[in-house]
Amino acid sequence: MSVVSEQQTPPSAEPRKGLSPRKRQRISRGIQYAVLVVILVVLIALADWKSISQSFFNLDVAREGLPELFTVALKNTVIYTVSGYAAGFVGGLLLALMRQSSVAPYRWLSAIYIEIFRGLPALVIFLMIGSLPLAFPGFHVPGDVYGQAALGLGLVSAAYMAETFRAGLQAVPKGQMEAARSLGMPYMRAMVSIIIPQAIRIVIPPLTNELVLLFKDSSLVLFLGVTAAQVELAKFGNDQASTFASPTPILVSGLTYLLITIPLGYVARRLEARQGAHR
Amino acid sequence: MSTVEVKNLHKSFGSLEVLRGVDFTVESGQVVCIIGPSGSGKSTLLRCVNLLEQPTSGTVIVDGVDLTDPDVDIDAARRRIGMVFQQFNLFPHLTVRRNVTIAQERVLKRPKEECDRIARENLEKVGLLAKIDAYPPQLSGGQQQRVAIARALAMNPSLMLFDEPTSALDPELVGDVLSVMRQLAEDGMTMLVVTHEMGFAREVADRVVFMDGGVIVEDGPPEQVIADPQHERTREFLKRVLHPGV
Ligand SMILES: Nc1ncnc2c1ncn2[C@@H]1O[C@H](COP(=O)(O)OP(=O)(O)OP(=O)(O)O)[C@@H](O)[C@H]1O
Ligand SMILES: [Mg+2]
Repeated sequence: MSVVSEQQTPPSAEPRKGLSPRKRQRISRGIQYAVLVVILVVLIALADWKSISQSFFNLDVAREGLPELFTVALKNTVIYTVSGYAAGFVGGLLLALMRQSSVAPYRWLSAIYIEIFRGLPALVIFLMIGSLPLAFPGFHVPGDVYGQAALGLGLVSAAYMAETFRAGLQAVPKGQMEAARSLGMPYMRAMVSIIIPQAIRIVIPPLTNELVLLFKDSSLVLFLGVTAAQVELAKFGNDQASTFASPTPILVSGLTYLLITIPLGYVARRLEARQGAHR
Repeated sequence: MSTVEVKNLHKSFGSLEVLRGVDFTVESGQVVCIIGPSGSGKSTLLRCVNLLEQPTSGTVIVDGVDLTDPDVDIDAARRRIGMVFQQFNLFPHLTVRRNVTIAQERVLKRPKEECDRIARENLEKVGLLAKIDAYPPQLSGGQQQRVAIARALAMNPSLMLFDEPTSALDPELVGDVLSVMRQLAEDGMTMLVVTHEMGFAREVADRVVFMDGGVIVEDGPPEQVIADPQHERTREFLKRVLHPGV
């Protein structure tokens, strides 16, 4: 989009001398194209294409990663993401319900948790989980790296999902709870059967976005110290890169992330648009 | 025994005193219409009868159970009190069938087939059996309100509360809802109805209660309260609703 063309012409009544606004717009667009062409030409002329394709697009090296790229690395990435997401979903819903509790300490606990875990970098949380055995000798998170990954990703995403769920719960009209209660449903029954299902429907688009974020964050598992069988996409690419002394594997694992994140992001935007149209 | 007995009911929201000592009764099988200007406390009174609002003081006795007793099982008491809202409040994520069966199943623990049979009976009664598999947003306002009535009736209430059930409807849809309510009254249901439909009140009500400023100003048969009001405030109000714009 042209920036210059959005300029307002001065609201003068008499026709201005010189160029008409239309003409000036055309010239400005021409200049922008010219700048682009110059940059491209310079890049093409200066770059060492042979060595770039040798290192980043080395098909022989890329082929070395198969099939483990998918059967091990992508599979593990999906496992870490899905288990972390499930933990975050349950934890987030619980935190959101606590946030509305009539028991004040539950509200405080939930608020404190959310503040802390939204404020900390995910990396720090993973480093802390990794160092738990230092603090408590003999302590193990059940499920080894898989358990630690689910815990770390769950702790992070629960805080974000709690805020999302809270917005969703608040978006359900008050009359829904009143109607459910007037039919004799106890509060929790009304929550489970009437309010939560509607709230979840409302927050499906942001929850899908959260899945995309978590899929990327799963790369932090690399800081937990994983074995070859537990490796996920980022570490897999990194390890292969050092084995073959080539950056191609990193590019390949990056593309594999995009294979998942771009369609998911697209789905999230579609869901969002559909919901927007329904209101 | 009266179905509803309200004694010296007070309700405040913060410093705003909305109900200022309300006393009235509804006998079994009676239809009582509550009329009055906006903000006079009609909805609040109705909502105190099933404890959607907690009264500040006073007693509310329904079917012999004192709902203001802190030891009372309010969920159990509410099962016997149907409520119909101005905004219908159907559950939009559930089919009409599920709207009518869910509380029977989850609250009354009726067997599935029985829930379904009772749902059909009541949808038949409101003329909407054909819509049993539709979702509420696919129905007109009048249809939604009739489903809401069927949903409440499926619990076999001994009392039905209506809070301006036709106020959110397009004029041409009001008649269908009122005729369902009229039929319900003829079948002997005990009903407490907040309404601006004077025609309905005149024809169907056994008693009309006029509220203003958080108190009951006038309480009597419709031919008295509507046709021959004793109080100036009632006359003023009726003049406005019966001859709007004059
Ligand atoms: N939850 C609440 N919190 C604070 N004030 C409230 C609440 N509910 C009702 N009120 C106030 O109480 C007063 C009476 O409200 P109520 O809804 O009972 O009136 P109403 O007679 O039903 O009026 P309408 O005909 O407009 O429905 C109003 O001034 C209203 O603003
Ligand atoms: Mg009202």
